[in-house]
Amino acid sequence: MDIKVALVGNPNTGKSTLFNRLTGLNQKIGNFPGVTVDKKIGYAKLADGRQIQITDLPGTYSLYPKSADERIVFQVLADAKNSSYPDVIVLLVDATNLKRNMLLYSQVADLGIPIVLALNMIDLNEKQGIEIDADKLAAKLGVQVVPISARNNIGINALKQAIAHTNMATQVSDFEVSFLAPDAIRAIKHKIGATRDYYALQVLHQHEYLAFFNAAEQEEIESIEQSNGFESSKIQAAETIARYKHLSNVLADVVIDRGKNKYSFSDKLDAVLTHKLWGFVIFMLLLFVIFNAIFAWATFPMEWIENGFGWLAGFGHEHLPEGMLTDLLLDGVVAGLGGIFVFIPQIAILFAFISILEDTGYMARVTFMMDKIMSKVGLNGKSVVPMIGGLACAVPSIMAARNIENWKDRMITIMVTPLISCSARLPVYILLISLVIPSETVFGIINLQGLALMVMYLISFVAAILVAWVMKVIIKSKERSYFIMELPIYRMPRWKNVIYTMYEKSKTFVFEAGKVIIAISIILWVMASFGPGNRFEKIDQKYASALADPAANTSHIKTLIATEKLENSYVGLLGHAVEPVIRPLGYDWKIGIALITSFAAREAFVGTMATIYSVDGGDEDSETIRERMAGSINSKTGMPVYTFATGISLMLFYAFAMQCMSTVAIVYRETKGWKWPMIQLGYMTAMAYVAALIAYQLLK
Amino acid sequence: MKLSQLNPGEQGTIVAFTDLEMSVKLMEMGCLPGELVEVERFAPLGCPIAIRVAGYQLCLRKSEAAVIIIQ
Repeated sequence: MDIKVALVGNPNTGKSTLFNRLTGLNQKIGNFPGVTVDKKIGYAKLADGRQIQITDLPGTYSLYPKSADERIVFQVLADAKNSSYPDVIVLLVDATNLKRNMLLYSQVADLGIPIVLALNMIDLNEKQGIEIDADKLAAKLGVQVVPISARNNIGINALKQAIAHTNMATQVSDFEVSFLAPDAIRAIKHKIGATRDYYALQVLHQHEYLAFFNAAEQEEIESIEQSNGFESSKIQAAETIARYKHLSNVLADVVIDRGKNKYSFSDKLDAVLTHKLWGFVIFMLLLFVIFNAIFAWATFPMEWIENGFGWLAGFGHEHLPEGMLTDLLLDGVVAGLGGIFVFIPQIAILFAFISILEDTGYMARVTFMMDKIMSKVGLNGKSVVPMIGGLACAVPSIMAARNIENWKDRMITIMVTPLISCSARLPVYILLISLVIPSETVFGIINLQGLALMVMYLISFVAAILVAWVMKVIIKSKERSYFIMELPIYRMPRWKNVIYTMYEKSKTFVFEAGKVIIAISIILWVMASFGPGNRFEKIDQKYASALADPAANTSHIKTLIATEKLENSYVGLLGHAVEPVIRPLGYDWKIGIALITSFAAREAFVGTMATIYSVDGGDEDSETIRERMAGSINSKTGMPVYTFATGISLMLFYAFAMQCMSTVAIVYRETKGWKWPMIQLGYMTAMAYVAALIAYQLLK
Repeated sequence: MKLSQLNPGEQGTIVAFTDLEMSVKLMEMGCLPGELVEVERFAPLGCPIAIRVAGYQLCLRKSEAAVIIIQ
């Protein structure tokens, strides 16, 4: 790559929009501070043909990080060996709020990396009566200043031009930091061979997060801090005040503010949307619309997808040669994939809504309204976003928890988010509800099955809140919980972005879940088709004479053989092995198999049932899984397997149990250790077992 | 007096902070000594509050607003 560029700026300055403009590679954008969680890279070509690589860094108000996300910024900019270390920084500022945004500029500029200053949303300045003399500012700072509007595609070529011609030579650094801690800065510069005072000062502040210093170096830096009485907060406060004072001078004759009535539209909207009563009513209505959309609108595309895969399997069985491989392909892989694809409409709809709510700025208001309630149970207003997102999938939601600054609040959010009923639980609930809850209407309008589904969702929220409260009491932290957040002005959602988010999230889901499901399908199929030793042969021998009898009912005997083989297969033996543990919950060995397979991913439950019951019953008849399950009889008791008690017990088990490898993996990644994912796996499984046990024993 | 004692619509100028750790976070968001702040609204449950400072809206909890001394 010819030039490496990093995009740096405050949250809500339109960094992601600019990133998309420059790279043409569209990706997720949010109006909510800190949505840009992962490092995003894109490529673009300059007018002279050179390639540039652009890294979108998380939005931050200063180089001093407040959240895990923001820490990345200095980590990248401090490390010349980092693969994203830029040759040029494009520092994006919101031109309508220049002074606050320039704090970050002045810090980054002092690190000594060439900068282009992009004044975004310049088109809004006119409306708000603000005028910025870009040329004067450029002369004062010694860098190129480019007025742009990323949203409306203004000034993008000029910005590229500026990137091509940026170097360090003219950059003015007239802000003196050495007075803040002269001896410590001198000692560090000597120690690590740094040339810049400000770099040395930042190292003093943030060295424990810089992995390129080894343990010995860390200790030496620590001792320099100690011997010089380096007080991080005090020095940071002094620096912030000094920088703003300096900026006031720089901006004094650059910005003319005629201060027209600002953001009056936003204010009027806020008066309604965050109103004592209407605020909550509107929020509840919105949630209701979202739920309704997920369940009602998604029905039709889900049916098409189901029918499509059903047709594919049928077509395959007709036209492919009979044999094991065909069975594996059609009954394992195709059936498994069908089970994944069917979720796409729901995931797409949910993410469309989340994307719109973030984009418009409404999500920040939800955060604002909910903070008081959430802080009571040890969460934070910002926990609302992961928890709403948890309705779709815990994996992206746990990543979104990165913008919660407080460690304890963030941990609790991560720990309880997987309790929220995610979309993977939905097919399990739907299947079980249709088995054990009658499809009746009470009081004229309330559908019992729908009510049951809603209750399952409510249970998940109540559980999450209770667990959060317990953790608030248990987890000790010296860090104070706080909530300081910018409320962005309302904006129209960018529809292209909404559509792209739908596409991207669905794709991620299909690929991530698909890998797990196909692997499980194949393993399960193999384990169900083979047994240890010569058990299968013995079964064949046992029934050989009966089959040879011309008067016998061969199809009945074949079913008996299949059932006995399944019971003696590897998967059957596994199911039997766990049976003693799950019998108190009302489950038989077949459900045991499903529990084992769905520990990797809940959605495997339906697929497993499909596999087990189709191996069991032979594949000639086309009864649906639901009918087969409803008709299944417990061989020991002679009673139906799926009674009301078993169904409720099973639903509760699925509501609480972790059962998601992807979530375990993401929690491991986010907490950087096995401690938290293991605690989570443990407490959720225990909760699931106890709840299922109580439910079954009370209801049976 | 403290910023947390203002009602919506009332203004004040920041003069000092009573908490160093919180002041660092507030200052980089533009809450500097000498800056004019206006309380815009309370959240439905009375906390957090939304203030206008340095040309934009910032929300913070009452306990955090209480560390800001205004005139």
